[in-house]
Amino acid sequence: MSEVEESLAEPRQAFKSGSTRSVSWRKSQLRAIINLVQDNEEDIFKALYQDLGKHPVECYRDEVGTVLKSARYSLSCVEKWMAPKKGRLPLVFFPSSGELISEPLGVVLIFASWNFPISLALDPLIGAVSAGNTAVLKPSELAPACSSFLANTIPRYLDCRAIKVIRGGADVGDRLLQQKWDKIFFTGSPRVGRIVMLAAARHLTPVTLELGGKCPTILDNLSSPSDIKIAVKRIVGAKWGPCSGQACIGIDYVLVERKLAPTLIDLLKLTIKSFYGEEPRNSKNMCKIINKDHFERLRNLLEDPAVAASIVHGGSLHEKELFIEPSILLDPPLDAGIMMEEIFGPLLPIITLDNIQESIEFINSRPKPLVIYAFTKDESFKRQIVSETSSGSVTFNDTMVQFLCDDLPFGGVGQSGFGRYHGKYSFDTFSHEKAVMTRGFFPELEPRYPPWNHFKLQFIRLAYDFNYFGLLLLLLGLKR
Amino acid sequence: MAGAAREDGKPIDSKAALSLVAELRGAFASGTTRSYQWRESQLRGLLRMTDDHEQDIAAALRSDLGKPELESILYEVAMLRNSCKLALKELHHWMMPEKVKTSLTTFPSSAEIVSEPLGVVLIISAWNYPYLLSLDPVVGAIAAGNAVVLKPSEIAPATSALLAKLLGEYMDNSSIRVVEGAVAETTALLEQKWDKIFYTGNGKVGRIVMAAAAKHLTPVVLELGGKSPVVVDSGVNLQIACRRIIVGKWGCNNGQACISPDYIITTKDLAPKLVDVFKSELETFYGKNPLESKDLSRIVNSNHFTRLTKLLDEDKVSNKVVYGGERDPTKLQIAPTILLDVPRDSLIMNEEIFGPLLPILTVDKLEESYHIINSGSKPLAAYIFTNDKKVKEHFVKNVSAGGLVVNDTTIHLAVHTLPFGGVGESGMGAYHGKFSFDAFSHKKAVLYRSFMGDAAIRYPPYTDGKLRLMKALLGGSILGILRAIFGRS
Repeated sequence: MSEVEESLAEPRQAFKSGSTRSVSWRKSQLRAIINLVQDNEEDIFKALYQDLGKHPVECYRDEVGTVLKSARYSLSCVEKWMAPKKGRLPLVFFPSSGELISEPLGVVLIFASWNFPISLALDPLIGAVSAGNTAVLKPSELAPACSSFLANTIPRYLDCRAIKVIRGGADVGDRLLQQKWDKIFFTGSPRVGRIVMLAAARHLTPVTLELGGKCPTILDNLSSPSDIKIAVKRIVGAKWGPCSGQACIGIDYVLVERKLAPTLIDLLKLTIKSFYGEEPRNSKNMCKIINKDHFERLRNLLEDPAVAASIVHGGSLHEKELFIEPSILLDPPLDAGIMMEEIFGPLLPIITLDNIQESIEFINSRPKPLVIYAFTKDESFKRQIVSETSSGSVTFNDTMVQFLCDDLPFGGVGQSGFGRYHGKYSFDTFSHEKAVMTRGFFPELEPRYPPWNHFKLQFIRLAYDFNYFGLLLLLLGLKR
Repeated sequence: MAGAAREDGKPIDSKAALSLVAELRGAFASGTTRSYQWRESQLRGLLRMTDDHEQDIAAALRSDLGKPELESILYEVAMLRNSCKLALKELHHWMMPEKVKTSLTTFPSSAEIVSEPLGVVLIISAWNYPYLLSLDPVVGAIAAGNAVVLKPSEIAPATSALLAKLLGEYMDNSSIRVVEGAVAETTALLEQKWDKIFYTGNGKVGRIVMAAAAKHLTPVVLELGGKSPVVVDSGVNLQIACRRIIVGKWGCNNGQACISPDYIITTKDLAPKLVDVFKSELETFYGKNPLESKDLSRIVNSNHFTRLTKLLDEDKVSNKVVYGGERDPTKLQIAPTILLDVPRDSLIMNEEIFGPLLPILTVDKLEESYHIINSGSKPLAAYIFTNDKKVKEHFVKNVSAGGLVVNDTTIHLAVHTLPFGGVGESGMGAYHGKFSFDAFSHKKAVLYRSFMGDAAIRYPPYTDGKLRLMKALLGGSILGILRAIFGRS
């Protein structure tokens, strides 16, 4: 047996034993996640710095803090979530009762990604243990320090029979996908998402795919200068803030009316300077590019001659430190790589339109993104955006914060994936909602049984219409 | 134009399927299907169509399956009418955005979850309830505002043709189409990019559907089957238990239903009594010669007839028949058949029976039944008859299946407040009632923020003070926030 099969036997056995179903087990695991993160905050900061050059504040905001918040929220709600829900039943079935019971799916596989290597590993795990599953977690090999941290720490804090961490690259991923799982939760790219789903099909395993996409930002003409300033701050915060743009809900490009573009560019430059100083490279407030491959990919996007000509700010690349300066591009060609693929890096194209209304058509002619951000005070435009475009979610007048709302489902649609999580949705993602109906033995309705005749047909028609008066007449022989 | 995708009547190929999808995509993009009016008018159309053609539907089902009229009315016509009516009644309510509370962290803000249609969806249905299983998902797809292509099963040709004709007449054909055909046509359809695929059928094809969907990252609902067990405890009214099993087994298309009881588990003591009651009740229902009864469906085709006789004629099984076993290959009929104590390694215990054969397994203690059920793959339904509260609780806790019914069989299908769908080998995703609407909707999170409440701590340059405040904010403790703001942490 290889390491992969071996590591699976124990969680399978642990699930079978039934121990993971109890409230106490689930709560103890959630507490363990909280302790793990709290006790090892400094190590997490260190690992994230090593892998991505992430600043501790960013680490806390996007990883440590969000995990703590999710785990605490689940801890406070899990008992409520587990309680069976009553279903109302029609009178025809009297006496009977219906309820919905959330049961764990079994052994689940979680693929985390490298850009938020701690939170995108632990956040789904919170859902999996809340729902009473055992789990195998495969962190991304592209963030090796975080991957080792998780592999070394998780067994010390969580139930090591039920929760396994397996490190490795694509070959290990492939071997894991050969196995039969009860659910696969994947965060990453559409390309690998397809591979995961194809493998899952062999075993009829349900999947949740958290992918990305080119998330647009619509910047309407805001009349108040202070509003524009705030909008720009939030745009900068969501482009270069989260992992230097290497984030699935980061802004990919901005749509703006032509006349506003110069103001926008000026404000962007000012804000970048106030956030990252004259030399962003030395500010320590921006992440580096994850690795050489991605650095090269971004360099290629930028060095397309037509694209290079559209650079209005930044554009310098520092190969040794894998650092790319915050870069702004004005109207790069729409058929260039930078506008065809998800950028996933610190480059911000600004696309100008004659009229901001055109942004709807612009977005609709491309694959569905994970998020649409829109800065506008125009209520009818807001309604139009919500009803006429499609995306995982829509956030008005801010960026990124939708990720923090426990009561909002987080997930994509179309190319940006399917399935959702966060808060109760995480619990649901890893649960099967089992319908349970309980009947008494009396009274017994004779017309349910053959041999069939006209009376029985009449009876059933009325019963289906919930026509109780008609049923009474029929039974009394007053209706034909 | 009568439903079939090509006016010249040729079967659909990849090219035709591609242009069909493009056409529907155009119709969806125009936004017509999103309006309440369109959804309502199409649901009304379905309802009218079902009312106007009740007799034609029953006739098609008789031709495809020899289905008794009452069964057709009960399980197909009436159920579909109910689905339409419920959707019409609740549609406004379903379409309304759901308000959601937001946290202190994102204050001030408001949020809602908006249900939006997925786009152009493909529904592939089954032959056993060819009317209901085709149109019940269509009700959900329409209610949610999608454009739809329906591929009925070629194994029930009369119903397939009827659906193509009727949907052509009653539905808005710019957005709702029927494509008839078999494997080649289905393959051509599956190559296309859909926004959802809803498949009812078996696990083998389910895997093919999901693999095809993976290419385009299309979410799927798979409504499959499985060996749905019935556990019978002692101390229950055996007559009622048997009748309810009979009506769920032979009264549901002669066992050719995904939620039909597949086999029974009971104790060694109870088994002989159970068999006796079955015999007398079956005789009351279907007479001395069930092959003559008008109240039983026939087997759908000769392939399935052969498959079932093979299960029955296996050496280690053929001597276990305690009731029935008669068959008529010319009329594709098999009588209700009960087998006692078939070996667990027999064919009949290792595939979904999907026909009128009912094996009874006996155990020393009822608890052993959980082991038997859980050692197989997860079924779509599991049933138990018991008066013992503890036994019931144990069953509910330990048996995993799409749905459970205590003291009855199959009727949970008719309860629209319960989601209907499988788990594991019995499928994924659920529908019925509001769950159908949800299955064909994307739940879009929408967060509204104002320009106020902009906290500098979110932005670089990062400092220790910001870290402290952030910890307090994400922790949601007001005291912590105040402390951090006043610099005393």
